[in-house]
Amino acid sequence: MKVVGRPLPKVDAATKVTGRALYADDIALPRTLHCRILRSPHPHARIASIDTSAARRMPGVLAVITGADLPVKFGILPVTQDERALEHEKVRYVGDPIAAVAATEEEIAAAACDAISVEYEVLEPVMSIDAALDPPKDERIQDYGGPNNIHKLVALEFGDVDAGFARADYVREDVFFFQGNTHLPMEQHSAIATYVDGKVTLWSSTQVVHYVHRALAKVLELPMNRIRVIGAAHGGGFGGKTDPFAHEIIVCKLAMLTGRPVKCTLTREEVFYAHRGRHPVLMWVRTGVTRDGRITAMHFRSALDGGAYGSYGVASTFYTGALQTVTYDIPAYRFEGCRVFTNKPPCGPKRGHGTPQPRFALELHLEKIADDLGLDGVALKRRNFVKPNTWTVNWLRVTSCGLEECTEHVIKASGFHDRRRRPGHGMGFAISSYLSGAGTAIYWNDMPHSEVQIKVDRGGVTVYCGAMDIGQGSDSVLAAIVAEELGLQPADIRLVTADTDTTPIDLGSYSSRVTFMAGNAALEAARKMRSMLVEAVEAGGRKFDDVTFEEASVLAEARFGTLTSAGSYTPPKIAGPYKGSGVGPSPAYSYSACVIDLDADARTGLVHINKVWIAHDVGRAINPLLVEGQVEGSVYMGLGEALMEEQTFRKGLHKWPSMLEYKSPTFLDVPEIETFIVETVDPEGPYGAKEAGQGPLLPVPPALCAAVHDALGVWIDEVPVTPEKVLEALRRKGKGELPRYGPLRFPLIPYPPTIKVDAPPSTI
Amino acid sequence: MKNEVLREVERIVLNLAVNGEQRQVLVPVHKTLLEVLREDMQLTGTKHGCELGECGTCTVLVDGKPALSCLLLPIQLEGRAITTVEGMAQGSELHPLQVAFGELGAAQCGYCTPGILLSARSLLDTNPRPTRDEIREALAGNLCRCTGYTKILQAVELAAARMS
Amino acid sequence: MLRLPRFKYLRPKTAREAARMAAELGPRAMFVAGGTDLFPKLKRRQFEVDTLIGLDFLPASTHSGADECVIGARMTLADATHDPLLNRRFTGYAEAAGLVSSPPLRNVGTIGGNLCVDTRCNYYDMTYEWRKAAGFCLKKDGDICLVAPSSPRCWAVSSSDTAPMAVALEGVVIVAGPDADRELPVSALYRDDGIDYLAKQPAEVVTELRLRSAADTRSAYVKLRRRGSIDFPIAGAAVAVKLDGPTVVNCRIVLSAVASYPLEAKAAEEFLKGKRLEPETIQEAAEIASKPAKPLDNADLSHFWRKRMVRVVVERAIGQVTTRNGGSRVTLLGRTAS
Repeated sequence: MKVVGRPLPKVDAATKVTGRALYADDIALPRTLHCRILRSPHPHARIASIDTSAARRMPGVLAVITGADLPVKFGILPVTQDERALEHEKVRYVGDPIAAVAATEEEIAAAACDAISVEYEVLEPVMSIDAALDPPKDERIQDYGGPNNIHKLVALEFGDVDAGFARADYVREDVFFFQGNTHLPMEQHSAIATYVDGKVTLWSSTQVVHYVHRALAKVLELPMNRIRVIGAAHGGGFGGKTDPFAHEIIVCKLAMLTGRPVKCTLTREEVFYAHRGRHPVLMWVRTGVTRDGRITAMHFRSALDGGAYGSYGVASTFYTGALQTVTYDIPAYRFEGCRVFTNKPPCGPKRGHGTPQPRFALELHLEKIADDLGLDGVALKRRNFVKPNTWTVNWLRVTSCGLEECTEHVIKASGFHDRRRRPGHGMGFAISSYLSGAGTAIYWNDMPHSEVQIKVDRGGVTVYCGAMDIGQGSDSVLAAIVAEELGLQPADIRLVTADTDTTPIDLGSYSSRVTFMAGNAALEAARKMRSMLVEAVEAGGRKFDDVTFEEASVLAEARFGTLTSAGSYTPPKIAGPYKGSGVGPSPAYSYSACVIDLDADARTGLVHINKVWIAHDVGRAINPLLVEGQVEGSVYMGLGEALMEEQTFRKGLHKWPSMLEYKSPTFLDVPEIETFIVETVDPEGPYGAKEAGQGPLLPVPPALCAAVHDALGVWIDEVPVTPEKVLEALRRKGKGELPRYGPLRFPLIPYPPTIKVDAPPSTI
Repeated sequence: MKNEVLREVERIVLNLAVNGEQRQVLVPVHKTLLEVLREDMQLTGTKHGCELGECGTCTVLVDGKPALSCLLLPIQLEGRAITTVEGMAQGSELHPLQVAFGELGAAQCGYCTPGILLSARSLLDTNPRPTRDEIREALAGNLCRCTGYTKILQAVELAAARMS
Repeated sequence: MLRLPRFKYLRPKTAREAARMAAELGPRAMFVAGGTDLFPKLKRRQFEVDTLIGLDFLPASTHSGADECVIGARMTLADATHDPLLNRRFTGYAEAAGLVSSPPLRNVGTIGGNLCVDTRCNYYDMTYEWRKAAGFCLKKDGDICLVAPSSPRCWAVSSSDTAPMAVALEGVVIVAGPDADRELPVSALYRDDGIDYLAKQPAEVVTELRLRSAADTRSAYVKLRRRGSIDFPIAGAAVAVKLDGPTVVNCRIVLSAVASYPLEAKAAEEFLKGKRLEPETIQEAAEIASKPAKPLDNADLSHFWRKRMVRVVVERAIGQVTTRNGGSRVTLLGRTAS
């Protein structure tokens, strides 16, 4: 192959390094008005009245809107349409949008927001999982779900779990907590809208133009053909720009009212309120094993602190129980999940969506079991690794699987088993897996998940696809695939992406789906185009490889007329025969293994990371440079979550919504990272490719905690691992108590009766 | 806050040297360099991530040294040479740092990239062959959320090697 | 984006003129030099002024007098970090300057500004909207301290890195008032109050810092913060020791970020006098030094842990003085830089 597998620069590299890429906030249209949003100062309150008259009178203010102007509810999942662009009845977290102003200057819009007076009837806020499980003092946060402030309950059993535990030689239970954290993209969310000729056009920093398109149609009550959503250059998402957001709807409405372009760029503080980040999750896990460490059964419970709205929360809940089985062969498995509403910014999908938390619990839990049995943790895990081409007990189809190779790489390179012991030094190992795209769509439909069109015209090639490049390089992947098939270089390909008017559907940049799904669609379209070109060339008695591309395209255009081709991708229907089986299936799973080497100081509790080794089974690296970038970025984000990032609350509001106090690791805080790319060539991925952007984050937090245990002999069963937690664990160890820091109990949750599902045949 | 907009705006004519061009602008005195660059000069290559000096995204060079444009008043900058990312290339020829960042994938979403390029350029102008730790120190005020910094460090090293 | 409020910008030519402007305008006006502390706070509406008085005329270089080093108040923190004279004779000071915030901020922030940097509290250093939601505090717009609600005073934290070092080095500042200049020890520049934390008159301009320690004084600064860069100190120790051979003749230990002013650990200083800097002695001195530190729950990480860490930073700073191979920071993840 001439393009695939080569470490080529991204197709948009030049625009990114010259400052020419136009992000949403860079777009300056004539007569643009600036929008600011008034947000709730209360975590939980009913709105008694809103008086916007003073704001409306301010010179420079052209429009003020409230919830009465946008009453239709929306939400990313069809089952949780619980958000309004502006709330006029009730606010559910500090930061909930109430009113919006369009003014000639941003400072006027901000001052006008301050001039809006709102009367509230303050309600008791619910700020923890425990509080949400109790009867509300005043009223429930949402009017659906329940009992109390429970949003979603799920209970599933695969295989005979009781029998599995009965035949175990050893059973262990543990409780873990994974603190919530946020995406913190460098670019604050921004959107700018126009309303011309009865049509709304929105440029936004979004990961999914299609979902924004759908939400706008619903809330603005316009046909989809009157709305165009264009993905502007994207300054970072990590899952945080995957929901449709209030400000996107608001600028459209304000543009419709004023007839002028309206822009809204969130402040950094507002980005923390937009959130949709990592759920704080409390977890309980019980596993039975045989004497030699083979898992016989597992029972996993999770409780997710969802924040005030649904967002992706139902999916997040299922994800906390879905992928345990994709790395370890668990013959019988019970999962009970619960998501609660609290008066905090809504949680949603962040890199790894619902799976880093259980991965953290699972990996450490198995380390502890190995410890108890006197077995090597790596050996115990290896003994239970899933095999390629098998079904898991919960009906997930595993095809290619590079777990063994990944483990081999990091164990060998790090010298894991040959390390010399010295005080305070430790190494930790963990593995993980992630989806290459969700196998089912967010809203039920039978249409493809991704579509690509190719136009060839006098030698020029243009690729159209709805996929949104959020910096991960999806445009470059599309260009590489089409170039490979047509015998060109990526630089020869023009791309039109993420524009609902001009490009066919793609469900966007989330769930690590783009390379696999848009890649397959591009491959199909490119192969169809190639066959036309080949046919036209060969009709003249020549071979495709002997003519220039320009010649081939002229011959083909002469033969067929306008040269277009299309390809699409629909994931295989492999979901299991039970309710809730839509979350977890993926056409392919990536695999990672990680070793962390660190020094931990028993006196201060400070942890210094020396090095991280990570191996990732990406199936096939279409562009190894971009794969490495995704892996390194994942490790970085995993380290941040493991050591310092946390979304915490005090007095009913976000404790510190700023980049100074929300700790994002700097150049000086990140160790050397050594990356190994493992290629297992997946049978269904484009050229065998799988995902790279999320999976490698997952093993980092548990590997870190395992290394801290190796160094100091204490278990830190929650992240972030702050020095005070390490010291507290050491204090307990010194007093002869349990040498750990972490949650002590898992709450009583009224799970529904378990749905029992028979296990599938084990091999494909 | 709501009464602030009742205050009169003091506007001032300033001569600013941006990317080697003398630019005369009439701007409110309370607008930061970040705002003037982006909104009055259409130099939107300079990005912003917090506007409070906490992230480094808006870094520009003032007399060759990195500074945060969100915390600079243009009125304090007359006679000083301001360089933004638009001033890194010579005509259509990219600066070696820009080339290396592109080649090695040091720009993912690209949003922190202008600020990091300028910090790196200032470093190489004064220390042509920095060690990796010196690069880390020099770039420690610029946050990036995509790359894990590894490719950025490699790109600065590559550019340094090519330039010397 | 967050924007500054509308203001007028005055450009005096001398410190006297600046002080007179400030005296005339009163609380409506503030001085601005680098602006790295002022502008974020103005954007968050922690200060409400309609006039800024530019201090661009202040000197920005060092020169050495007979037995002292005179540092112009507008010298940037970066220049102070790399100044050969400061590095040679007042190593701890250059170190402290080099550990303030981040490189681009140090290129603009001034040494005068860092001496006068506003006290900090994570209930106070927040936007107007956040403070409105949390409830305004004593230091701005409110009537209670949110950290210690029963306390009659404000507990905002002195967060300068260079001030404790300047105190330890027994520096003096020259301040220019509307009518006259005066000199005061840096230690006398601060008050134990989170709100009125500066003892100078609001209209007085800090124009110079003078350091005059004897040639055989060694100094070091150790800073604790979560990350290797950007963060304010959550504990820090500035140590200056005068040695006669191996014996301590005189010593100053000043703590950062554990009180509303640079906190001098006097008992530890007394303890060390006449002693040799052996490891056990250093440990004991550090233990004594940590006693008066009373961090509260208004900065990063828990105050219990920060309290425990005071002895660590003091011990490291004294140890640094004895080996004198460059300063260090204590950070969570980051490599220890020298």
